[in-house]
Amino acid sequence: MGEYSSINPRIGVYVCHCGTNISSTVDVENVRDWAIQHLSKNGVVVSRDYKFMCSSLGQEIIEKDIKEYGLERVVVAACSPHLHEKTFRTASEKAGLNPYLTEMTSIREQVSWVHTDKKVATEKAKYLIAGTVERIKYNESLEKFNVPIDPNTLVVGGGIAGIQAALEIANAGFHVYLVEREPSIGGHMSQFDKTFPTLDCSACILTPRMVEAGTNPNITLLTWSEVVNVTGFVGNFNVSIKKKARYINENLCTGCGICWEKCPKKVIDEIFEAGLGYRKAVYTPFAQSVPKYPVIDHENCTFFQKGTCKACEKFCPTGSIDFEQEDEVLNITVGNVILATGYDLFDARKVSNYGYGRLPNVFTSMEFERLSNASGPTGGEITLRDGKTRPKTVGIIHCVGSRDKNFNNYCSTICCMQSLKFSHLVKERTGADVYEFYIDMRTAAKSYDEFYQRVLEEGTLFVRGKVAEVSDAAREPHEIGKLIIQVEDTLIGKQRRIPVDMVVLSIGMEPRYDAKEIGKLFGISCSSDGWFMERHPKLDPISTMTEGIYIAGSATGPKDIPASVSQGAAAAARVLDKILQKEVELEPIRASVDETICSGCRLCNNLCPFNVIFFIEDLSITRVNPALCQGCGTCVAACPAGAISGTGFSNQQIFAQIDGLLMDI
Amino acid sequence: MNEYILYPGCSMEGSAKAYNDSLNMIKGILGIKLNEIDDWNCCGATEYVGLNLIPAYSLIARNLALAASQFPANSTVVAPCSACYLNLEKADYYMAERPSLGTKVNEALDAGGLHYTPGSVQIRHLLDVIINDVGLDAIKNKVKKPLSGLRVAPYLGCMVPRPDYQRRWSDFEQPTELDDVLKALGADVIEFPLKTSCCGGHMTQIGPETAYELIRRLVSTALEHKAHIMVTVCPMCQMNLDAYQSEANRYFGTNYHMPIVFFTQLMALAFGKNPSESGFGMELTSAKDALAHISSEVLPNTPNVQNKSEGLPMPSARLRKKPGK
Repeated sequence: MGEYSSINPRIGVYVCHCGTNISSTVDVENVRDWAIQHLSKNGVVVSRDYKFMCSSLGQEIIEKDIKEYGLERVVVAACSPHLHEKTFRTASEKAGLNPYLTEMTSIREQVSWVHTDKKVATEKAKYLIAGTVERIKYNESLEKFNVPIDPNTLVVGGGIAGIQAALEIANAGFHVYLVEREPSIGGHMSQFDKTFPTLDCSACILTPRMVEAGTNPNITLLTWSEVVNVTGFVGNFNVSIKKKARYINENLCTGCGICWEKCPKKVIDEIFEAGLGYRKAVYTPFAQSVPKYPVIDHENCTFFQKGTCKACEKFCPTGSIDFEQEDEVLNITVGNVILATGYDLFDARKVSNYGYGRLPNVFTSMEFERLSNASGPTGGEITLRDGKTRPKTVGIIHCVGSRDKNFNNYCSTICCMQSLKFSHLVKERTGADVYEFYIDMRTAAKSYDEFYQRVLEEGTLFVRGKVAEVSDAAREPHEIGKLIIQVEDTLIGKQRRIPVDMVVLSIGMEPRYDAKEIGKLFGISCSSDGWFMERHPKLDPISTMTEGIYIAGSATGPKDIPASVSQGAAAAARVLDKILQKEVELEPIRASVDETICSGCRLCNNLCPFNVIFFIEDLSITRVNPALCQGCGTCVAACPAGAISGTGFSNQQIFAQIDGLLMDI
Repeated sequence: MNEYILYPGCSMEGSAKAYNDSLNMIKGILGIKLNEIDDWNCCGATEYVGLNLIPAYSLIARNLALAASQFPANSTVVAPCSACYLNLEKADYYMAERPSLGTKVNEALDAGGLHYTPGSVQIRHLLDVIINDVGLDAIKNKVKKPLSGLRVAPYLGCMVPRPDYQRRWSDFEQPTELDDVLKALGADVIEFPLKTSCCGGHMTQIGPETAYELIRRLVSTALEHKAHIMVTVCPMCQMNLDAYQSEANRYFGTNYHMPIVFFTQLMALAFGKNPSESGFGMELTSAKDALAHISSEVLPNTPNVQNKSEGLPMPSARLRKKPGK
């Protein structure tokens, strides 16, 4: 401690019980007594414990002590600062103490929740408090920054969640850039025929929203586009968006459709038709696409691949085909971002014992959606892979790729309801017998279980058990030519072999294949499953740890349509709240360069994740833009000369904290 | 010339002599040199590990210890027999995973002045070496007499792709390696759904009815897919289906005649060796009639009927990634 003992501000220590969350593992009273007895020479003049420090009564105790004891520093040993740092700093401020002179020590997340031995846990709490007490002596009074918020918003992903978010903000009178990777907005919902449990026609309820998003003057629709770069921070993000070449002049195109009618190149549509149907090399994914302009698929276009064709150009009545068009990069500034990038589907080929890709009459749930869709490849006729034969028996297998430790542990939440919907459609359109193979039925939302009851009454046969295999190897004569589903029926405790004509695999939802890269681009993280991580899973499910970046819909985990729409709207409300505040308060935690020590080595220049470090050629030194710095500390740690210091994290503070942690208690 | 350590296993000298003879015919053509472990012993086959763990693992590990001591570090042991391959893999894996087992096994080996450190040799099946080290292109180049016209059911058996400790195979349930080798020989390979199903193993000895049913399923499914011949990589599978087919016929009142041979026999044949050099004639369910389907001319590949149909497209055959890689 030696060299630091010269300053001794008056410190108050407050130890929280957190009900029994902390006190069941940490001897709170003992810690309280120890703090005043043992740390008085370190400046502690008062120490108290309380059942709930964060309650208004708890805060009042601190406020009162600041005034009565003339406290100059406050240490609250309680939960994580993520939860209540703001609470206690506000309380100190009310009592006239600069908020940055109050610090929290986490003795819940880092002590009581992770230990069971009370004696050891109590000791650890003491060490941590000693560290904070030593460190806080060197805390300085800091002032917050205020910066104006750009009122424009970026929404990434034009599925139902993104459309909802964009419309809410646009209708409130603010501008939105809606970016979509595919040629049209609409997302997965545009591929469905019916929606559960009401059996509304999916297109009928979705397309009006798409049209609204396409025509709202406050929405700039950027389809066939991707975000390629993001810099800046809440209130002022600079975003670069790549507009991929459509090879169509949007000012001239009327969307008449002659180009795709005349295009000689037929391609299997792996995206919209889930591989079950075809499109042309110049195409819109579906009839109600928004915008109406097609795109030319460079990889499959005969002209681009072989140098001749141009059939589309020949027949286009408005001359809008432009083979010379190139990718463009659009740079915009926005104050807030909503990521609604959606999900991918599990690749059913991975469960090779279910035969998808090998046995023709095994379909995925998305293939079935297209098969049952009136605008799909069979015009809504449910047939086998031959495109003609109606199945007489259909087996629907739940949880394919979900709730399975070989693939994804989580429940994809929508598969039970989706499978029940399929059952109903099969019965309605073909009269076939339907078997549903489920592990557990999960129909927990408004009117969902009633739909389950309805399907039960329609005569669908439910078999509880995880299917072992789908095979075309017949053992008995009646199995020949069928797909045999081998399953343990756990309700009767017997192995069963059920021959069917068609199998539908209810495949689970997975994070987008590039979710990690997208997360990195926007500075947010993904959970171990790969979904975007919320600021708080329960109380703040649409925010992220990065200010100004919000998440909505299935990008955060499997969700049905109502949940995605709710999240889109919630994220929009949060963005509007920020826009209406006109400015944003930024934490004063910043890096600064001592220009007398900086050698101009430029090591820090490329490390800054926010690109706010600038090299001044004339002076051969580096400077940090204090308005843009996010206080991450990367440059501070990297500087070989020790020329950069981080406010609130000075070397003095860090060393003092280490001294405290190593103190004899 | 790739060099490997050979662990032949007992069956290669007895029931699977056709496997041994045909392997000897093709190894030079494929450019592989096989150096037999000196003084090797039985791997314990399928029963012993279930009866008495430490002696069983010691029996297996003795071979690994010998291989490690007789050859340069990190050499590859090749086992043509599936049971041998699985046993060697198992011993290497569990000696590493359970150090107490490793210690006890090494105590036993110590009596013979031997010691085995798990991981000191690589253990691979012959088919793995042929497809991944020699490669399909090299095989195709060596084919002198394509097997066109011969409808083949690729039958791997259960012990090669599972549990696959080192993740060497393309899939646990429907691996495609054997199919690919046979296609490279020009054979008409059927999509055989039971390619990794059990042949009955030693149930032929202790519960023949069970084994007969398993044999019946395999043979009848191969026939349903109009196979002329079944091809395996495993001496036990070959023996069960070959030697017990007539018993199964008697038991069910059926009249199946489905020859089953080793993949190396068809390779030798395709490389221009005559049937007797390739080990044909030793099987009990004669393959003579099946071989008559081989036409000397190369026929154009008959496309898969289901793929070419007027109906809906099949899912795209995206490359299967090896699990865990």
